[in-house]
Amino acid sequence: MLKVSNVSKNFGGVAALRGVSLTISKGTIAGIIGPNGAGKTTLFNIISGLYPQDEGEVFLEERNISFLSPEKLVRLGLVRTFQNLELFGRMTVLENVMVGLHTKSSSGLLSCALRLPKQRKEEKRIVEEAWKCLELCGLAEVAEKEAASLPLGQGRLLEVARALATEPKIILMDEPAAGLNTRETTGVADLIRKIRDMGITVVLVEHDMELVMEVCDHISVLNLGQKLAEGSPREIQDNSAVINAYLGED
Amino acid sequence: MESSAQIFQYILSGLANGSIYGIIGFGFAIIFNATGIINFAQGEFVMLGGMVTVFLLSLLQWPLVYCILLAILLTLIVGIIFERLAVNPLKDASPITIVIITIGASIFIRGIAMLVWGKDTYPLPSFSGDTAINLGGATIMPQHLWILGLTCIIIILNRLFFYHTIYGKAMRACSVNPKAAGLAGINVRAMVLISFAISSALGALAGIIIAPLTLTSYDVGIMLGLKGFCAAIIGGMGSGMGAVLGGFVLGILESLGAGLISAGYKDAIAFIVLLAILFFRPGGLLGRSGIERV
Amino acid sequence: MKKTDQILFFAFSVCILFLPLILKESYILHVFVFIGINTMLAIALNLLLGYAGQISLGQGALYGLGAYISAILSAKYGVNPWLGMGVSAVIVSAVAFIVGFPILKLRGHYLAMATLGLGIILYIIFNETVDWTGGPSGFPGIPNLKLGSLTFDNDVANFYLVWFFALITMFLALNLYQSRIGRALRAVSDSEVAARIMGVDAWLLKVKIFAASAFISSLAGSLYAHTVTFIAPASFGFNFSVELLTMVVVGGLGSVFGSFLGAAILTLLPEWLRVFHDFDIVIYGLLLILIMMFMPRGLAGLVSHLKAKVYVESK
Repeated sequence: MLKVSNVSKNFGGVAALRGVSLTISKGTIAGIIGPNGAGKTTLFNIISGLYPQDEGEVFLEERNISFLSPEKLVRLGLVRTFQNLELFGRMTVLENVMVGLHTKSSSGLLSCALRLPKQRKEEKRIVEEAWKCLELCGLAEVAEKEAASLPLGQGRLLEVARALATEPKIILMDEPAAGLNTRETTGVADLIRKIRDMGITVVLVEHDMELVMEVCDHISVLNLGQKLAEGSPREIQDNSAVINAYLGED
Repeated sequence: MESSAQIFQYILSGLANGSIYGIIGFGFAIIFNATGIINFAQGEFVMLGGMVTVFLLSLLQWPLVYCILLAILLTLIVGIIFERLAVNPLKDASPITIVIITIGASIFIRGIAMLVWGKDTYPLPSFSGDTAINLGGATIMPQHLWILGLTCIIIILNRLFFYHTIYGKAMRACSVNPKAAGLAGINVRAMVLISFAISSALGALAGIIIAPLTLTSYDVGIMLGLKGFCAAIIGGMGSGMGAVLGGFVLGILESLGAGLISAGYKDAIAFIVLLAILFFRPGGLLGRSGIERV
Repeated sequence: MKKTDQILFFAFSVCILFLPLILKESYILHVFVFIGINTMLAIALNLLLGYAGQISLGQGALYGLGAYISAILSAKYGVNPWLGMGVSAVIVSAVAFIVGFPILKLRGHYLAMATLGLGIILYIIFNETVDWTGGPSGFPGIPNLKLGSLTFDNDVANFYLVWFFALITMFLALNLYQSRIGRALRAVSDSEVAARIMGVDAWLLKVKIFAASAFISSLAGSLYAHTVTFIAPASFGFNFSVELLTMVVVGGLGSVFGSFLGAAILTLLPEWLRVFHDFDIVIYGLLLILIMMFMPRGLAGLVSHLKAKVYVESK
C-alpha cells in the first residue's frame, strides 16, 4: 500500500532521518513508535508532502508520490491528522468536516457566488456526507460549535472526522491519543479499528504504548532517525534493542 | 553622455542617502530579530527625530547638539511607550493583527505630528555649514560627511554592543531562540523593550541627519520607513550589517536611476527592487536566513 | 446564505430602494453614493482579509487603476463607458491574477509590504504618466454613464447606479461565505497547512480571490470615475488603502454587513464632524489599534455578541 524507500532528511546538518525504509500493507493498522526525536513526525511530514526529503522515495500503491504536494496526495487517497491540532478554529465543527469534502465537490468561485442550482444540490450532498462522518466519530452533538471551543478529546476526534471526509485509502494519524484520558483513549482505539474495518489503512504514530500494542497489526520502531526494528507487537515487546532505546543503553 | 564625474557624484549622494536607509533598516532588523514583528511605525520614529529637533531648536534656542540629543531621547521614549501600550499586550497575536496595529500606530503618530506642527515643511541647519567640498570633480556637502561618519560609528557601536556586552549577547540569543533564551534566564520581554528603544533611537538619528539635506515634514516617515525596510530586505532581515549594506545598494541604485533614467520614478526604484527581492530571493541578497520563522 | 442573512439582505435592499424617496435630493444622498462605492471596496478587501486571511495594502491602487483605465478609454478613445468599465475590470483583475502568483506566496508582514510596494508603484505611475493620466493635477472631463435617455449625472440616478452594483457585490459575497469556496478560503485563513492537507490548493485559491477582489475594486473605480467625472492620484494612495483597511476592521473581518457599516461610518464621520477633517488620520489610527486589541471582530462581532447575550437573558 505505502512504501517508504531509503528516505533521509537533514535539518541544517542534523540528520533527522537516515535511510528509513518501511512497507505498510493494505488494510492494516501500522504503528510507528520511537523515543522523542526519533524522526516520526518528520517522516509523516515527508510522506504527506509538507517537507521535501533529501534522499529516497515514497510510493503509494506502486505510484511514486515523492515530492507531490499535500493537495495532490489527498486526491490520491492519502491524508493525515496533526498532533498539535490544526483545526479551522473559527469555523463550526460541521464546516470543518465539510472542508474535508473539498476534493469530493467541484463548485468554483463563480458558481458559489451566484449560488447556481447545481451548486446548491452539491452543497446539500456535502452537508449530508459531513453529518455521516460526524456521527461515525461521535461529534454530532457539537456540530454547530466553533471548533476552537472544543475540548482536546473532541478536537482530536474532529481531526480524524475531517480526514475521513476526504474518503482516504490511507490515513496517517499523528498521536491521536496524546493528552487524552483512559476513557477517551479507548474511544480512539475503537475508532481506529472501525476505520480499518472500513478498508482504510491506518498508520499510527503514538507514544501511548498500551494503545499501540493493542490496536496495531505491525509496528516499526525508529530511533535517532533510523529504523531500529519491526514486527508484530509481541516481537517488538521482546526486542532487546527496542528496550534499550527506550530505557537507555545498558 | 554623462561624464564620469557626474556618475561619481550620483554614487556619492547615493551613498549618503543609502546610509540613512541603512540605519532605518537596521532599526527594522533589530525589532524583527527580537520579536518577529515588522514594525510599520518605524518610519514615524524617523519623522519624529527630525521634527522634534526642529521644534526644540526654535522653542529652546539651545545649541543644535543638545536639541539633537534631546530629540533622540524623546523619540526613544515614544518607542518605549509604543512597545508597552501596543506591542507588549499582544502576546500571541497573528501577524495580520500586528501589521494592522503597527499601521494604526504609524498613522496615529503621523496624525498627531500633523496636528502639532501642521503640514508645512521645515528646514534644519546643517551640522557644519553649507560650503561644498570639491572631490575629484564631484562636490560633496559637509552634511554628507557627517552622515557617512555617523553611519560608521553606528556600525562600530553595533558590533561592540551585540558581540561584547551582556545585553547585546542576550538579544542575539533571543533572536535565535526566544524559548531557550528565556530558559537560560534572559528576560525576553525586557529584550523586546530594549529592541524598541534602540530601534526608535536609531530611527530618530537617521531622521535628524538627513533633515538638513531634504527638509522635513510630518509625512516624511512613510517613504523613509519603507525604503529602510527595503534596505533591510536587500540585506536579509537577519543582520544589522546586512541592512546597512542593503541601504548602500539601494541608495546608489536610486541615485543612478534618478540621474540617468528619470527623477520622477526615483521613489519607484526602491519598490521595484523590494518586490523583485521578495519574489526571487526572499532571504535577501546577502542573507541566507529563510523568510519564514518556523 | 444563512436564513438570517437572507432576511437581513432583503430588508437592507428594500431600505436602500426607498432611501432616495426619504432623503430627496439632499446632501446625505450624495454621500450615500460614496458609501456605496466604499462598500464595494471594503467587501473587495474583506474577501482577502476577512475570508482568506490575506492582507492587502494596495487596494487603493487597484481601485485607481480601474478608474484610470475607464477614464482613458471613455474620454480619450470614445469607448462606450459601460464597455470601458467591463474592459478595465477584466484588465485589472488580469493584472492582479498575474502579480498575485508571486505576491501571494508571501505571508503576513511580507505580504503587507509587497502589496504596499505594488500600491506605491502604481501610485507613482498615476502621477508620472502625465500624457495618459494628467499627472498630479488630475484627469477631468470623464463622461457620465448613460442608459437610453437616462444620464447618470444627478445624485438620485447615481445612487441607484452605484447601489445596484453594491447590492450585487454584497449578495455575491454573502453567497460565497457559506459555500465550498468560502469555506476553503476561511480554512486557509485558520490553518493553511491543514487546508492543503484537505486538498485545497491554497496558493491558487488566494490568487483567484485576489483577482476577484481586484475585479470588484476596478468596477468601484470605474463607477467613481464616471459619477464624479474627475479623478486625481491623491484619491488612490496609501492613505486611502489604510482607510479601506480601517473600514473593514471597524465593520468586522469577514462580515459583509460589517463592511457596509464600516464604509458608512468612515464616509459619514468626516461629513458630520467638520473638525474631523484634520483629525481623520489620528482617529483612523486609534480605531485600528483599539479595535484590533479589544474588539477584533469589529462592529459585526459586537452585534452578534449582544444578540447572544439577549438570547441568553430571555431564556
